[in-house]
Amino acid sequence: MELWPVVRLTLELAIVTTALLLVIGTPIAWWLARSRWPWREAFAAVVALPLVLPPTVLGFYLLIALGPDGPGGWIASLFGEHTLAFTFKGLVIGSVFYSMPFVVQPLRNAFESFGDRPLEVASTLRASPWDAFWSVAVPLARSGYVTAAVLGFAHTVGEFGVVLMIGGSIPGETRVLSIAIFEMVETLRWAEAHLLAGGMLAFSFMVVSTMMVVEKRMRRTSL
Amino acid sequence: MSPKDPIIRAVFAGNLGRFSLDVELEVPMHGITALFGASGCGKSTTLRCIAGLQRLRGQLSVNEEVWQDDERRIFLRPHKRAIGMVFQESSLFPHLTVGKNLMYGARRSGVPTVIPPDDVIDLLGLAHLMDRNPIALSGGERQRVAVGRALLSQPRLLLMDEPLSSLDQMAKDEILPYLEALHEQLSIPMLYVSHDIAEVARLADRMVILSSGRKLAEGPVQDVLERLDLQSETGRFEAGVLLSARVTGHDEKFMVTHLDHHGQAISMPAREIAIGSEVRLRVRARDVSLATKRPEAISVRNVLFGTIVEVAEDPNSAHAETLINIGGGRLRARITRQSVAELELEPGKPVFALVKSIAFDRETYSVATGHPGNT
Repeated sequence: MELWPVVRLTLELAIVTTALLLVIGTPIAWWLARSRWPWREAFAAVVALPLVLPPTVLGFYLLIALGPDGPGGWIASLFGEHTLAFTFKGLVIGSVFYSMPFVVQPLRNAFESFGDRPLEVASTLRASPWDAFWSVAVPLARSGYVTAAVLGFAHTVGEFGVVLMIGGSIPGETRVLSIAIFEMVETLRWAEAHLLAGGMLAFSFMVVSTMMVVEKRMRRTSL
Repeated sequence: MSPKDPIIRAVFAGNLGRFSLDVELEVPMHGITALFGASGCGKSTTLRCIAGLQRLRGQLSVNEEVWQDDERRIFLRPHKRAIGMVFQESSLFPHLTVGKNLMYGARRSGVPTVIPPDDVIDLLGLAHLMDRNPIALSGGERQRVAVGRALLSQPRLLLMDEPLSSLDQMAKDEILPYLEALHEQLSIPMLYVSHDIAEVARLADRMVILSSGRKLAEGPVQDVLERLDLQSETGRFEAGVLLSARVTGHDEKFMVTHLDHHGQAISMPAREIAIGSEVRLRVRARDVSLATKRPEAISVRNVLFGTIVEVAEDPNSAHAETLINIGGGRLRARITRQSVAELELEPGKPVFALVKSIAFDRETYSVATGHPGNT
């Protein structure tokens, strides 16, 4: 088994998922932090569900949703395809759901931490809500963005159960690191498994420690 | 105020939880108007309604421009209102330098610059702070930057929500002269919320007293402070009046500054104020004693002749409040009811009001301004 395509696919998946999550997670987290709608906590619980749900359960529902008879199949038909299950696109969609709470929660905490005051101040200084969001809220929440990105990325790299259910192990399409390691161990190819697992360990440690340093530095310059 | 004068007209009524507000204000477009009252009286809420940060039923027009009118379904959002606001606690953006904080509103105001940045930076002494991070500033410096930032957004109305209450006395003393300078050099009207009567007496031209969401009194600060019926609002301990006086000379040897108040001499500990300048003195009622004969061989330096205008006895305590006309202004004296009885004090009776010179401490005087808003 070639190792590089596996690593590259995993990184691609994690990068695309994290980028998508930051874009989708921002309005969700903002709304959860600012809304006074009484049912918002119920919505927050739905977002947080993947934290407690067994990955195979989530994977099972996603498989149905992405398959030819689900909404995923309908979307796939727009591209002239049959299904989103067992495709890279399907993996991205699955990962977005699976890693959502790890991005939304830090962003929500960050948006809640500075309260209404900075936005009120911005509005008295002629900044429209949109302007205040970009010029005040996002910069004040930047350490939350770092945490969200690290957690979203790391969590996507490490997912296994969901991928197994909706992706299988198609080389170059859905065979990511965690699946590859599993297969290597199954087929007793210990050396390759060691190489991949060790590489993952070193990489994860590097990412997390770098981000922690960055975040700490950011906190020091804000408040 | 003649009816043609530009004014700010605000009417707000409504409930916030258990608190209800029902106020109607008319404020001139010049000078400092204080909204004064105990905490929870509705002064901050009124200010926030004017800023548009909070919404209660009502109407608001600033110099003929309608900012809120519920009947016509008009409600300008805060960023559409030409206001500058200074909040109670430091509200500087921690992710921007002082310079960028200052220019945040300036870049967005979209109106021609009437108040030039350099003037504001000079006036508030901010030049050496421009590249600093707000976290590295003292409390007083932060509020100065906040005031500058509000001014540079080119507001037509400056709103101050207890800007000094989070500061210690030293920081207050540091920032007050800057606020006085603003008052003197800029023609922008200010609404100043405070629960500190000394601050109001020192800075404001007019004041509105609020209590439990209702307007209790309004008028020139001097007139309101002379009202004996408001003592539970203006505070017994800090109650007092304002006198205007002109500096006539300095005594280098004894370090005393001499002043003249309509022909009566007043002296106070030496201050660096130019001879001829008008000074506003705050005289606390508790610092004034009364005598029916001119006392001799006494250490008190200020003996002011006058006539009693009003005596208000408080049957539940030992005290009585008296108001004395001393020619130009009026003094309040807080004395015992026993003294009132023994000296037979009543309206029309001539008396000598005694004030120790050292009663005029740093917080009790300010150099009066030549602004037309002054009364």
